[in-house]
Amino acid sequence: MRIYRVSGSVVEAEDARGVEMHEIVLVGSEQLVGEVIRINEDHAFIQVYEDTYGLRPGENITPTGHPLSLELGPGLLGTIYDGVQRPLTVLNEKEGELIRRGVSASPLDRNKKWHFIPLLKTGQDIKGGEVLGTVPETDIISHRVLIAPDTKGKLSWVADEGEYALEEAVAKINGEKPIYMYHTWPVREPRPYAQRLEADQPLITGQRVIDALFPMAKGGSAIIPGGFGTGKTVVQHQLAKWADADVVVYVGCGERGNEMTEVLRDFPKLKDPRSGKPLMMRTVLIANTSNMPVAAREASIYTGITIAEYFRDMGYSVALMADSTSRWAEALREISGRLEEMPGEEGYPPYLASRLAEFYERAGRVKTLSGSEGSVTVVGAVSPMGGDFSEPVTQNSLRFVQVFWGLDKDLADRRHFPSINWITSYSQYIHMVENWWVNNVAKDWPALVKETFRLLQAENELESLVRLVGIDALPEDQKLMLLIARMIREGFLQQNAFNDIDTYSSPKKQYLLLKAMIDFYNSSKEVIEKKIPEAKIEDLPIIGEINRARFTYSDEAQLEDLVKRAASAPKSILGEID
Amino acid sequence: MSKDPAMQLRGNVSYATVTQISGPLIFVSGIKGVGYDELVQVKAGNRHSMGRVLDVSKEVAVIEVFKGTTGLSLGETSVEFLGRGLEVGVSQDILGRVFDGIGAPADGKPEPFVKEKRDINGSPINPTAREYPSEFIETGISAIDGMDSLVRGQKLPIFSGAGLPHNALAAQIVRQAKLLNSSESFAVVFVAIGITHDEAMYFRKSFEESGALANTSMVLNLADSPPVERITAPRVGLTMAEYLAFEEAMHVLVVMTDMTNYCNALREISSSRGEIPARKGYPGYMYTDLASIYERAGKIIGKKGSITLLPILTMPNDDISHPIPDLTGYITEGQIVLDRGLYRKGIYPPVDIALSLSRLMKDGVGKGFTREDHMDLSNQLYASYARMKEVRSLEMVVGEEGLSEKDKMYLKFGEFFEQNFLNQRENQDRSIEQTLDLGWQALSVLPEDELTRVSKEEIKTYMKKS
Repeated sequence: MRIYRVSGSVVEAEDARGVEMHEIVLVGSEQLVGEVIRINEDHAFIQVYEDTYGLRPGENITPTGHPLSLELGPGLLGTIYDGVQRPLTVLNEKEGELIRRGVSASPLDRNKKWHFIPLLKTGQDIKGGEVLGTVPETDIISHRVLIAPDTKGKLSWVADEGEYALEEAVAKINGEKPIYMYHTWPVREPRPYAQRLEADQPLITGQRVIDALFPMAKGGSAIIPGGFGTGKTVVQHQLAKWADADVVVYVGCGERGNEMTEVLRDFPKLKDPRSGKPLMMRTVLIANTSNMPVAAREASIYTGITIAEYFRDMGYSVALMADSTSRWAEALREISGRLEEMPGEEGYPPYLASRLAEFYERAGRVKTLSGSEGSVTVVGAVSPMGGDFSEPVTQNSLRFVQVFWGLDKDLADRRHFPSINWITSYSQYIHMVENWWVNNVAKDWPALVKETFRLLQAENELESLVRLVGIDALPEDQKLMLLIARMIREGFLQQNAFNDIDTYSSPKKQYLLLKAMIDFYNSSKEVIEKKIPEAKIEDLPIIGEINRARFTYSDEAQLEDLVKRAASAPKSILGEID
Repeated sequence: MSKDPAMQLRGNVSYATVTQISGPLIFVSGIKGVGYDELVQVKAGNRHSMGRVLDVSKEVAVIEVFKGTTGLSLGETSVEFLGRGLEVGVSQDILGRVFDGIGAPADGKPEPFVKEKRDINGSPINPTAREYPSEFIETGISAIDGMDSLVRGQKLPIFSGAGLPHNALAAQIVRQAKLLNSSESFAVVFVAIGITHDEAMYFRKSFEESGALANTSMVLNLADSPPVERITAPRVGLTMAEYLAFEEAMHVLVVMTDMTNYCNALREISSSRGEIPARKGYPGYMYTDLASIYERAGKIIGKKGSITLLPILTMPNDDISHPIPDLTGYITEGQIVLDRGLYRKGIYPPVDIALSLSRLMKDGVGKGFTREDHMDLSNQLYASYARMKEVRSLEMVVGEEGLSEKDKMYLKFGEFFEQNFLNQRENQDRSIEQTLDLGWQALSVLPEDELTRVSKEEIKTYMKKS
């Protein structure tokens, strides 16, 4: 097989008979890694995961016989990879601060010894997905050593508890086949599971507008579309920091280099609110920044989700953030253009929708092959051109996800963050996760949420009226609704990611904040019914205190006290008048 | 690419087999051993030009010719493949000099001393090797320092429109930009992309007056220079900047203007190749292409220097959702947006703070950097200004009579903020303390209860001082 043509990241090969679709090939004298993406008679089209400059027609291409696969085993956590699982820290040590091509490094450290504790015994029949043993990979996560899904047989030997490197066998099947602590799996093939389960457990994110109004479920899928400057990345980072998943996979797909640097700087310092250990211990990072090769960008999403599925198969809840799926779609478009395929909408290939569907369908809560419960939650950021949600990536994604967090340019311009628009956004999980709140936080939670939605909706309708007639023309009860809606916006929906107290709200705090506002509303209503003007309510100093509570109070007792005072404050006006 | 030994060994062969000429592109057939993206010398009679391989197959190579294809003919054009990419020679001697869009001297002086030659495309920085930018740069401009602070290693574009004073603003930043408590060596790389002689002269004069000229490298592709060289000019400039920053430990400020001309040149070449366009005729890979320029800004762990990038672009028809500003905004770390309405009111710099943003501000300001109240104050000013704008639009409907007392206070705040905080002279250099105090002074017009983004303590400490 030889190079016939080079155009950007796509190489056309001649004499390519026998090569398989999606097979990995090594291109040219520097053996650049590429993947076969189309075969036409004896010509094959290869997307190359590295820079193609200097490649010449006539150079050799070597097939490898296997598809693009990952190494899955201990050592993934806390590591940052590029789109095809090359460890970036190792590349930095080997090659210096610039990413050169033709450099390879094994994804998992071959020298490191891991402490292996066997769970299965010699003589047992095993099948794919079973847990052979465990390795304490980090202080938070115990790595369950899985039998590769496509393997089965009788265990003829299992290693004793002890320290082993990855290349040392820890078991044997049928007297011959060695089993290691890691196995490989092709990225484009979803890992199998026993059964799909309903997504009825909330993924608590500590972000109020999400948890209260547009909740995420473990195993669910969501998109966050938003123009530049609307705070997509901050929301994604917040989810990666605070979501109550066991493992987080963060894919920086075609975004800024400094954003990955920020994660690398912050996550080792930030503490997981549940375990108190550094967040990096539960995180795997995949980085294909916007100036890294475009074909590897296409692969990075699959690399991320395959790693997520692998931890799911150990029985963990995994959250995957992909920032941004638009860059992935654009990589598809660029490669499709180089292949001279007939374009669909806005130049995107016609198979964009089916690729998106395949990706989002890999999210889910499942019973694993070994019988435990695991989940992969997927949150994809979308960067629509000009912030216009009618573009193909947003529209096609919406058909396959259950949650839509639409980021709003106007809110962002007013520095209302997170700028999730509460009128247009939705979550199809809101009723499914309600029980969890009722059982674990408070019985009146659904009622509070309902009232919140009602007030925000009313504000939205009244706003246009106010614009015409002025606020003074409204009846007192409607003025009150506007006041409370404003409090909800400022004191609840807004959340400062960079304030130490405000950055994360426990479910209980979310409940108490909302409770304070709605109780204040209800007792103010009673006061207004007694012909007291709404302006009197507006003058109450407790309003400022409630609005600031999100970043001034972290203590539950303080908040409980605030709730009490919020309910009684309006009545003090009656006292004055009597 | 010159590192590839196979390419170096191959003798340079000349071909006279040009079969097609289309826009800036020529198609050469019957070639052998031509590498993708390699540099070419194109000759026709006594005309010489450089070019670059855009696409190569066994039979034909597609070449973009930097000086354009005017005067080339099928029979008389010969093409020589050089076996390397476009390189530029670098050393400290490039400072104080002027170059054209492919890095050749353009000031009539001899070639500067060359310490090493570098491929203009550079290589991506490994994200694990980057140092997160966090050193505040005081520009002396309140709209920037107070609201959208610039830090060393940031890429912060100016989104402007035709006729707005973006050049004056960029020149003022170059003149006044300095780091708090610092006197390290600095350099300026100025890249002109398709701008007029007058504009280039303006910058030159401004650098000269401020004494920065000796520390400035200018890469000039002017409006009458070949459009294809608009593609190479920013890369030449950034290659120089990388050398100065990471080898000579200088803090380099790169000003590039006008990126709109760059994008239009990209579109021109793309359409000559018959590529399928994405939006408004721009190629689908424009995001990646722009990123390969903008992402070269930054800092590297263990290296002293930095590259701060200040690209200027004019939004066609002042439309921020146009693909050029849109894709830029997705890559850069914020944007400074100029507003025609403010400009007409006589406010300089006419920065629309609602649309402007600095993503790296949060890490470069506050206690130990500028002042502890900086971030909260800036958030409060944003919020109050946004509220003021709502009041203004309400006023248009109901008139001033229809406004509440509180609303009228907001109008007063807006007036003060625009006239005294945003507005300053082109040679006025305000310290960060002055800027912050002016901000508090503007807020003092409003009732304290309205200030929910700042703490009571901050109000007590700083409001009184003003």
